[in-house]
Formats: sequence, structure tokens, C-alpha cells
Amino acid sequence: MSSELLFYKLGMVLFVFAASMVVALYSTYGERKIAAFLQDRIGPNRAGPFGLLQPLADGIKMFMKEEMLPEASSKWLFVLGPCLAMMVALTTGVVIPWAKPIMLDGQPFHFQVSDINIGILYVFGVVSIGVYGIMIGGWASNNKFALLGALRASSQMISYELAMGLSIVALVMTTGTLSVNEIVAQQDAGICNFVYQPLGFLIFLICAFAETNRAPFDLPECESELVGGYHTEYSSMKLGFYLFAEYINMFISSAIISCLYFGGYNFPFAHEMEGILGENMVRVLGFGFLFAKIFGFIFLFMWVRWTLPRFRYDQLMNLGWKVLLPLSILNIVLTGLFLMRNELLDLIIK
Amino acid sequence: MLTQYAFYFLSILAIFSALMVVFSRNPVHSVLYLVVTFFSIAGHYFLMNSQFLAMVHIIVYAGAIMVLFLYVIMMLNLNTDTEPNKSNWVKGAAVVTGGLMMLILVVSTKSADQLPIQKALNPNIGLISNLGKVLYNEYMLPFEVSSILFLVSMVGAVMLGKKETY
Repeated sequence: MSSELLFYKLGMVLFVFAASMVVALYSTYGERKIAAFLQDRIGPNRAGPFGLLQPLADGIKMFMKEEMLPEASSKWLFVLGPCLAMMVALTTGVVIPWAKPIMLDGQPFHFQVSDINIGILYVFGVVSIGVYGIMIGGWASNNKFALLGALRASSQMISYELAMGLSIVALVMTTGTLSVNEIVAQQDAGICNFVYQPLGFLIFLICAFAETNRAPFDLPECESELVGGYHTEYSSMKLGFYLFAEYINMFISSAIISCLYFGGYNFPFAHEMEGILGENMVRVLGFGFLFAKIFGFIFLFMWVRWTLPRFRYDQLMNLGWKVLLPLSILNIVLTGLFLMRNELLDLIIK
Repeated sequence: MLTQYAFYFLSILAIFSALMVVFSRNPVHSVLYLVVTFFSIAGHYFLMNSQFLAMVHIIVYAGAIMVLFLYVIMMLNLNTDTEPNKSNWVKGAAVVTGGLMMLILVVSTKSADQLPIQKALNPNIGLISNLGKVLYNEYMLPFEVSSILFLVSMVGAVMLGKKETY
């Protein structure tokens, strides 16, 4: 590997890291503003113009708080929990193609850290180990509420992973590839995958809500029953890491939904605009469009949180196992029938 | 060169964490070390250019089965002080069976040393498209039979977990 490539990849990694951090930081501000808007309040408006410095103030506050390690907890695992949550949240962004390769001096510059040919499986693998941060933290706290929150989180995540995986299987059947880059490229100025997979998209979206522990699926940190859920014993920046990981997860899952189902960096009339604006300009514009889609989905996440009440735990399990799982299997069968429609028609005619 | 270092690192990590699974007193620590072991084995799969196997290994073992293990152990709340002491007879039997297992392993690895190393026919066989083609063309029947086996075990698990209503 040449050192140029290494530096380039390092730069991309830094970009993904910075983008996740900044978007997550301002998602906290966005969440409070949107909550305020939906509840007919003003929201944060003291720190800086329109309260724009509020996330920084919150961050400083988090760092300044007293660090507490419960006496009866297992110290190593107690610290490992939030670190793991944060690490797993940040590793998913690697396979997302942020823009079409931009040509400079006839050399393509890919806006993706790594185009592995099993991109979706990678995302799925990282999501599936995401539960460890919560479980380890909840158990290491040595607190009943935290343990209950951790157990809820783990069973919820396992249940919804299945439906999520099966909805992705249907998507892979239509696209014929597991590479996120290729899936996005296939939707180039054509019909996005949402048209072929409306049911799959709905299942994926609901499961994404459940996997990120957002309302109405935020049972693991259900205040009215479990104090603070799995992070009851946490204070200072360790708590901040848990809360921050949730926002990063939200950002990344929005990015993945936009890439898989809504065409990623593609946008309508891109090819027509290439003649007017030039190829590279359109690609930069596509980058902007991807972020517009991502912000749209983040808004949806927040909108739902401040609109719908929380599920009861048995309702959550019933929805996962008795509604979403059969629906996603039905979706696979329907997709299979659709893909084999010509052969089936031949069979019927004969 | 880099792959060789990665191999040594992963091997040492795998063996160390596998030993820690056995030696640590706390069952939750054991499970977490087992997760580390699975990750290092997945790293070995990556080194062998079978990315699909590596990812599935992580999803299935580290992501699903180990989470369930952890779940059950946390529910049972096993601690070192509540752990029942086994009688000496059981300990002796465990040592003998473990020793026998060790013996078989040593003998098999000793004879494996003399076998000629066979190169894989296609170095990219581990990539998902090649693997899928082989699995669904050449090994269609065993693949389907194993899926029926899974179905049967799933039905069995559901039957065991059901409340008896009669």
C-alpha cells in the first residue's frame, strides 16, 4: 500500500469521524428545538445566536461533572461499556459511499473509506455487536434497574435484528449485490429501491428505530419504570458517551436508509444537470443531496419520538416476532415471485 | 509481512482469550473472553480471504449466540460465592476426560504435520458470489437438508418454550 493511499484513507476516516461527531452534536440541538416546536415552546435560545452554541455548552457541562465509579461495580467493564457503545457507533460509517467519485487530474477520488464486497453484512455485523456496550454497562453497574434495562435492550435488539436482516435479504434479492457502493450506483438517476421494496423499507425503518433504542422503542431507558435504564449509575462523560452513541447511531442508520432505499447521493435530473454544471459540480451537489436525505430521516426520528407514546414491553415483543418477522418473510416471498414473474407466466400459459 | 504479523497477533489473542475463558472465575468475564476469541477467529477468516465466513461468524456467534449466553448468565446471576463446590470425584473425572481430549488433539495435529499442504483451487472461493454459486449448484441437497434440520430444531425449541395449557 502506497503512503499516498494510506494518507488518503486516513483523511477519509477522519472525515467520517468528524461528520458523525458534528452531526450527532447538532442532532442534540435539533432534537431540543424540534421537541420545543412540537410542544409549542421556544427551546434552547440562550447560548449564542438561536442557541446554536448550546451543544458545546452541554458538552462542557458533561465533562465538568463529577466522575463516579460505583463501589460494587466491576470497574473495568463499567468503563468498557460506554467506550464500546461509542466505538461500535463510529465504525459503521466506513462502508457508506458519501459521494460519487470526484475526478481530479483524471484520477477518481472515492468518498468511501472501504468498498468491501459484503458491505451490508458488515453493517449488520456491527449492529449486532452494538448491544454489548449496553449489556456490559448495565451489568457492570451492579444495579437492578440498570440490569433490567440491559436485559431489555439485548432481547429487543436480538428480536428486531431478525426482521431487519430478512428485510435486507429481500433488498439483496432485487439488487443482486451486497456492496453498498454498488447498490447506490444501481439507483443512478433511475427509480430508487424504495419503489421495489416499500414493505421492506417500512420494516427496515421500524427496526432501525428499535435498534437505535429511540422512542417509541426506548424501553431500555424507560424513565417511568427503570429510573434511567442501563445508564442509571453513569455520570459525567461516560453518560455522555452513551447518549452521544445514540445520536451517532441515528445519523448512521439514516445514512444507511438513504443509501439502501433512497438512492444515496443520486438525485433527479442529475444527468441533465451534468451538461450545465460539469460532472464534478453535480457530484458535489449529490453529496449535499445525500446529507439532505440524512437530515430528513433524522427529523423523522425526532418527529416520531415526540409524537408517539412508548410501547409496553409485551407489545414490543409481539410487534417484533408476530408482525414484523412474518411480514418480512412475506416480503421475501413476494420479491421472489416478482423476480421470477416471467418464468411463472410461462408456466401458467403452458 | 503485514499479514504474518496480523496472523501472530490474532493467534496469540485467540489462545490467550480462550485460556481466559476457562480460567476466569466470573462467568460473565468468561463469556466476554469467548467473544474476543470469536473475533480473533473471524480475523483469521479475513486473512484467508473469506470475508463472508468472517462476517457471518461475527453476526451469528459474537452478535447472536454470545448475546443470548450473556443474557442467560445475567439472568441467573451466577457469582463466585454462589457457585456450588463440585465433589472431588467430579473434578477427577473432568481431568481424565479433558486429558483424553488433549491426547486426541495432540495425536491428530502430530499426524497433520506430515500431510502435504494443499492449496485451495481458487483463492477467491471465500468471496460471497463464488461461495453462493458453489453452495447452490454443487451442494444444493446438503444445504437444503441442513436448513430442514434447523427448522426442526426451531420447532422443538418453540415447543419446549411453550406453556403447557392442557
